Amino acid sequence: MNKNDAFKQEVREWLSKNCPPSLCEKGASRGAGLSTRYLKGDSRLWLERMGEKGWTAPMWPKEYGGGGLSFAENLIFRKEIKRINAPQALSGMGLSMIGPTLLELGTEEQKQRHIPKIVTGEVNWCQGYSEPNAGSDLANVQTKAEDKGDHYLINGSKIWTSGAMNADWMFCLVRTDNSVQKQKGISFVLFPMTDPGVTRKPIKLISGNSLFCQVFFDNVIAEKRDLVGKVNDGWTVGKRLLQFERSSIGSSRIGIGSAVKSGLVDLAKKYRANEAGEIEDPLLRAQIVRHEMNSLAFMDTTQRIAEEAKAGKGLGFATSVMKYYASEMTKKKSELMVSILGPNGLGREGDEFSKEELAISERWLSDKAFTIAGGSSEVQLNIIAKRILQLPEAQGNK
Amino acid sequence: MAFTLNEEQQLLSDSAKDFFTKNMPISQLRELRDDNVESGYTESHWKQMVDLGWAGIIIPEAYGGLDFSYLGLGVVLEEAGRTLAASPLFSTCVLGGSALSLAGNEQQKEEFLPQIVSGELLLAMALEESANHCPENTRTLASKTASGYKISGEKCFVLDANIADKFVVVTRTSAEPGSDTGVTLFLVDAQSPGISIVKRQMVDSRNACNMTFSDVEVPASAVLGEVDKGLKILHEILNIGQICIASEMLGSMQEAFERTVEYIKTRIQFDVPLGSFQVLQHRSAQMYVEIEICKSVVMSALSCLDEGKTSAEIARHASLAKAKVAETFNLVSNEAIQMYGGIGMTDEEEIGFFLKRARVTEHTLGDIRYHENRFSNLLGF
Repeated sequence: MNKNDAFKQEVREWLSKNCPPSLCEKGASRGAGLSTRYLKGDSRLWLERMGEKGWTAPMWPKEYGGGGLSFAENLIFRKEIKRINAPQALSGMGLSMIGPTLLELGTEEQKQRHIPKIVTGEVNWCQGYSEPNAGSDLANVQTKAEDKGDHYLINGSKIWTSGAMNADWMFCLVRTDNSVQKQKGISFVLFPMTDPGVTRKPIKLISGNSLFCQVFFDNVIAEKRDLVGKVNDGWTVGKRLLQFERSSIGSSRIGIGSAVKSGLVDLAKKYRANEAGEIEDPLLRAQIVRHEMNSLAFMDTTQRIAEEAKAGKGLGFATSVMKYYASEMTKKKSELMVSILGPNGLGREGDEFSKEELAISERWLSDKAFTIAGGSSEVQLNIIAKRILQLPEAQGNK
Repeated sequence: MAFTLNEEQQLLSDSAKDFFTKNMPISQLRELRDDNVESGYTESHWKQMVDLGWAGIIIPEAYGGLDFSYLGLGVVLEEAGRTLAASPLFSTCVLGGSALSLAGNEQQKEEFLPQIVSGELLLAMALEESANHCPENTRTLASKTASGYKISGEKCFVLDANIADKFVVVTRTSAEPGSDTGVTLFLVDAQSPGISIVKRQMVDSRNACNMTFSDVEVPASAVLGEVDKGLKILHEILNIGQICIASEMLGSMQEAFERTVEYIKTRIQFDVPLGSFQVLQHRSAQMYVEIEICKSVVMSALSCLDEGKTSAEIARHASLAKAKVAETFNLVSNEAIQMYGGIGMTDEEEIGFFLKRARVTEHTLGDIRYHENRFSNLLGF
C-alpha cells in the first residue's frame, strides 16, 4: 500500500468511528457550526472530534492545533468527507479570515494564543472593518485607538458587522494616526467582544433577517500584544485579510455547485414545464444554459488559479477576479430562481408558501450583499484596472 | 486536469510567439489581402512551420508525428491567433489530421498522415451546407455505383478548399436529413472531375469557399471510417476542431484586448489619458475577467483531449469553450473599436482585423447558439 492509500484508509477508519451517522443522512441540516457554544447533540460532538483532531483546519500546522496535512492528503481527506456526505464541522471568520492572516503575519505568541481556539471552534470571530463613513472607502476608518502604554483605548463604531451577536472576539481596523495619509494611520487590533464597553445593535435587512450589527465602542480595551503587524501598518494586514475573505467569498461561501446540481433545471421543470415535463420556454432554457456554462467555467477557473498558485505562477490579484465573477454570478442565479417561480418566489412569510419558495425569496434579497460586502464589485474592478491592467489613476479617485 | 503548461509546452509557446511575431505579423495578412493572393497564405511560412514540426503536433509518432499533446497544439494556435496568421494549420492538421487519425483505416493512415507531417498534403473539410451548422442535416448525397460511390451536392464555408489536395467530404449515404445515422465521410481527391470551387471573399481575408459536387465518382476505398456510421466520429473530429479554433480565438482576443488597454493608456483627451476614466477602466476590467474565464475553459477542454476523456465529456467542454470564447471575442472586438474611436474605424489601424476575424471564427463549426443548445442537450434539459 502506498502512502496515500494508507492515509485514505486511516481517514476512512477515523470517520467511521467519529462521524455521527445522523449528520450524513440525506436531508440532514448542512449548516456548519460557528462555535461549539451554539451546537448541541451530534453536531457538537462532530465539531469537538474534528477540532481535537485538527481536521477543521486540515492544512494548518500541527503545532497550533491544525491537521498538518499536505496538499495531496487534504485532497484525499476532502474526498472521503464528501464520500460519506459528512457536513462541514466548522465555518466562520476565524477559519477563513483571521486564522490565515495570523498564521502569515501574527507573532508567535498570537498564533499560540488564538489559532488553537479557532481550530476547536471555541472562539468565534467577527470583522470590524466597515464604518458608517467607511464603506467602499474603507481606508477612511475613524474608530479611534489611543495608546495607553500597555493597551489601546478604543472609541467609535463599526457597521455591517456580520455575526457580531454571536462573536467572542473581533479583529478590527482602528485609527492610530490622524495626521498622515489615511492608509498610513491605521492599525489592526484584536479584542474580546465581552469587554463591557462593547454594545451590539442588530440591523434589520431587506430580507427580514438581521445578519449584521452596528457595534459601538466606549473605552474598549485592546491589549498591546494583540496588535497585529506594526502600529500604523494595519492597512497592509487588513488588505491581506481581504484577499483571504475574497477567496472565501469566491469559492466556498457561494453555492456554485456543479452545473447539473445547481437546481435551476429542477426548478424550471417544476414550475415551468409543459405536459411532457420539459422546459417549454426556449428563452428560459437559454438563460439557464448561460448560467450553467458560467458556473462550470468558474469552477475551471478556481482550479486553474489554485494550480497556478501551487506552481508559484499565480497573480496576486486573482482574488478580485474570483470575487467579482462569483458574486455577480450568484446574484444573477438568485434573480433567475425568482423569475422561474414568478409570484411564488416573492413570498415574505406564511404557510401559503412552501419552505423552498420562502428560502428562494429570502436568498434573492440576501444575495444582493455579495456584490457589496468584502469590497463591492466596483471596488474589485478598480483593483483590477489599477493593479493588473495598470491603467492610470482614475479621475476623482485620487 | 492540467491547468498549467509544463516546461516543454512553455518552450513551445515561447518559440511560437517568437515565430509568428517575427514572420507572420498582421501586416502579412494585409499584404495577402491587398495583393489578392489567391492561395490566401504564404508557402514559405507554411514550410517553416512544417520544419518546426507543428504540422505533426497531434499526429501519432508511428506516422511520423510528434504526438506532443493538444495543450501543445493549443499554445501554437493561440500564438497564431495573436497575429491572425493565415496558414493551413487548422484545416489540414486539426480537421484533416483528426479525420484521418480517428476515422482512417491503417492503410489510409500510413499513406496520408506522414504527408501531413511533411507538409506535402493539404486538406479541407467539406461539411457545411447552410448558415445553420448541423451535421445531422447533411444532404450531399453519396450513392452507390458499381465501383464505388457518386457524390452530388453543394457545400459552403469550406475553409481552405481552394488550396486543398484532398477533401474530407461529409455525405449522406442513407436515411433522411436530420437523422443520426446514414452519414458517411469520404476522402476525395481535389482533381476529381465534377468538383467546382468558388472562393468567397470573406471579411477576415481568409480562405472559405463554396463547392459543388456533380456526380463525382470515388472508389469504395475513399470511404473514411464506416459507411452510414460517420456521424459519431464526425462529432469527435468537430469537437477537436471546436476546441482548437477556440485556442486560436483566445490568442486573438488577448491581443486585441492588450492593444486596446495600451491605446487608452496613451491616447490623451481632455488633457488626460482615456484610460484614467473609470467608465473605461471598469469595462476593461470586466473584459479582463471574461478573458481569464476563457483561458480556463480552453485549457480544461484541451486537457480533456489529452487525457482521453469520454466523447460526451469532451463535447461538453468543446461547447463550453467555443461558446464562451466566441462571446468574449465578440465583446472584446466590439469594445476595442469603441475605445479606439474613429481611428478604430480606419482600415489603416490593425484593430479592425480582430473584429472581422471574431465573427468568422464565431461561425466556424457552430456559433454561440448552436453550442448553447448542444450544451443544454448534453446536460439533459
